[in-house]
Amino acid sequence: MPRFLSWSAAERLLPALTLAALLAGIFHQQPRAMSYFGLDLLLNLSIPIIFATLAQMMIIAINDLDLSIGAFVSLVACIGSTLLTTEPVLGVLALLAGIAAYGLVGALVEWRRLPSIVVTLGLSFVWLGLAVIVLPTPGGRAPAVLSTLVRVKPPFAPLPVYVAAVVALLGWLAVSRSSMGVVLRGAGGNPRSVARAGWSMLAIRVSVYATAGVLGTLAGLSLLGLTTSGDANIASRYTLVSIASVILGGASFTGGRVFPVGAVLGAMTLTLAASFLTFMRISPDWQIGAQGFILIAVLALRALLTRWKETS
Amino acid sequence: MTAAGGGAAPAAPPAGAAAEVFVDLRGIAKSFGAIRALRPVDVVVRRGECLGLVGHNGAGKSTLMNILSGALSASAGTLAIAGEDLTGRYDVRGAHRAGVRCVFQELSLCPNLSIAENARIAHPALHGFGWRRRAAALMQAALDGIFPGHGLGMGDVVGSLSIGRRQMVEIARAFTETEERARLVILDEPTSSLDATAADQLVAAARRFAAAGGSTVVISHKINEILAVADRIVVMKDGAVVDDRPRAAFTREGIVDAMGHAVERARSVRASTATAETMVEVPASRRDGLTFRAARGEIIGLAGLAGHGQTDLLLAVQARRRGTRVAGDVALVPGDRSTDGVFPLWSIERNMSARWLPHLRRGGLIDLGRERAEAGAWRERLALKTPDLRNPILSLSGGNQQKALFARALGAPARIILMDDPMRGVDIGTKQDVYAMIATEAAAGRTFLWYTTEMDELFHCDRTYVFHDGSIVAELAAAELSETAVVQASFKDHSVTDHAVKDPA
Repeated sequence: MPRFLSWSAAERLLPALTLAALLAGIFHQQPRAMSYFGLDLLLNLSIPIIFATLAQMMIIAINDLDLSIGAFVSLVACIGSTLLTTEPVLGVLALLAGIAAYGLVGALVEWRRLPSIVVTLGLSFVWLGLAVIVLPTPGGRAPAVLSTLVRVKPPFAPLPVYVAAVVALLGWLAVSRSSMGVVLRGAGGNPRSVARAGWSMLAIRVSVYATAGVLGTLAGLSLLGLTTSGDANIASRYTLVSIASVILGGASFTGGRVFPVGAVLGAMTLTLAASFLTFMRISPDWQIGAQGFILIAVLALRALLTRWKETS
Repeated sequence: MTAAGGGAAPAAPPAGAAAEVFVDLRGIAKSFGAIRALRPVDVVVRRGECLGLVGHNGAGKSTLMNILSGALSASAGTLAIAGEDLTGRYDVRGAHRAGVRCVFQELSLCPNLSIAENARIAHPALHGFGWRRRAAALMQAALDGIFPGHGLGMGDVVGSLSIGRRQMVEIARAFTETEERARLVILDEPTSSLDATAADQLVAAARRFAAAGGSTVVISHKINEILAVADRIVVMKDGAVVDDRPRAAFTREGIVDAMGHAVERARSVRASTATAETMVEVPASRRDGLTFRAARGEIIGLAGLAGHGQTDLLLAVQARRRGTRVAGDVALVPGDRSTDGVFPLWSIERNMSARWLPHLRRGGLIDLGRERAEAGAWRERLALKTPDLRNPILSLSGGNQQKALFARALGAPARIILMDDPMRGVDIGTKQDVYAMIATEAAAGRTFLWYTTEMDELFHCDRTYVFHDGSIVAELAAAELSETAVVQASFKDHSVTDHAVKDPA
């Protein structure tokens, strides 16, 4: 079979095909969505989800899982809507401290050989507690520059499309193409062999977690720009959405198999799924279940493709 | 940047010249807790030399090579490379800088990466613009040099390759050079998954590498391969070097004798308690293999090199896999206590009773009084050294933990007891207690399937099956059993076909 027709190529195209199918469904239901403003409205909430998804993807690449990313994004939004507006220097320091804390968590997981799930689950309550201390009731105000930034109207296509394209390209270069990205994925594929080749797993884990912290911070700030005010629970569902998006994008939970482009497409798919279900006039009570159904359907299709690939 | 596998030379004096010592290991010893894996050994590797390293299971070969590759640090002794004393400041990075490469027994590539990407993992120097192209060229040259006609694409993902091809990639990677040169390549069982052609190509490449001044250490259970490739052969046994002579001074038989000293020890063959009733039957896994049979009251030894199918047979019996006939309840005594054995947070008592629960039930609940009484009885029987059975299991010594695991299996009503090399790291006193108990239990009609890596334990068995490459290649009755016979059978380079199936009954 020619290379471009192979089953593995079909597997790799699956995230893109899923997104295209969903877009087709939306345009069919609601032709007016097929416009600059329609797309902008549909997709603008995908920007923070894309960043959170890439943060999760970094962690999954080395066989860990981050159950605190949603709480962390909320905390960033709370800091952004209070400290960052009133005392910018202190605000920036607080955000940097958050990133440093992520790096420390990576060091802790590696050094004490703790399961990342337990550590980050515990950490999520710490982030939530801090967020409530910073902003006890929903409110605050986003720094003007953030709100303006996310409302930029570039030519040809709305901002979320550009963000997705640029982030996917950078992610692909850094994780799939660069020489450091190979070491990162190798650390997920066979950590022992990477350590025996002389790499420091501690350094790898700390940099992966710190990078996830940076991406989580970007997620929180872009979310704040869109909503203009903060809330300690504003992004609590991001934890599971980010994991689902990474997996939807073709990744596996273990073995260093991650795909940045797929993850970005997965994040957009899950953002659009909610709107699609609304257009389908499915009551919000059923939407979470229906989203789960979409996820199961896509993963089942992928499992089938894998099986066909093995038998053919 | 060159690939040395093709014959490109590390800077070194020409082969055959008064060979200069490259690696000098003096008095190297290693203990893991109470177990001495390596007694003080002296080994040198010269430039341009191919050293063969042979020995039976647990002889200390892999421990020694792990020390040389920096993965383990020695408990005592000095290590010098190219005349420089590196004792105490030698680790994996140091080994790489010194040009020491290792192809480990367990495949150590990253299965999710391509061939070229795996080269990058081994070479920090492969970075920056165009690294992918350079990595691919490096691996291509190395593979072409060692395994011409390999047919591999440098973008192929390693996980999609057959195990033999993965081994080729891993070997080729060990010979690649960037600014870090390859001066000593350790090949640990390098041909275990290679076909005959590729194995010959590797032997030729190792000879070319030596001719160009590089050094190799080859560990193999295939004696013919060692004889074909080595300039000098070191034989290890029980953590010590027992023989170290040039290749010419050895014959096949000489090596086998040195590995398992052919001196017969005085022993008493135990009176067999075997009966005519077959309890376990496992058909041969290959046409030329033997059928496995065990009778009631019989103690069967499973011998051969580690990982040649003994544990698989035990698991097949435990799972009653299709084709096996198992006439009775089965209990397993695991050997690797920490991973398959103890529940580390539970008490000694709970650890013992885990397998007894079905018959300790009273009205759906556990009869705690009976649990305590039975555990107490086993403490007496096994002379378990603890003041209180409610203490955590980890408060016991390794040997006593193993006794508790024996109690777990033997306290259950199972008729068939599987033992997966259970005496690993157990002291001699405990062993004697357990051997006596096994004999008593066999006399009472229990059947024992006993996988062991310790030759002495086979003398407690009524019959011994020798495994090689996943199937049974020999069957030895207690009277025929000798260390030489087991070693001969496990080191057969070709599987036996002329061995008739004997009926145990």
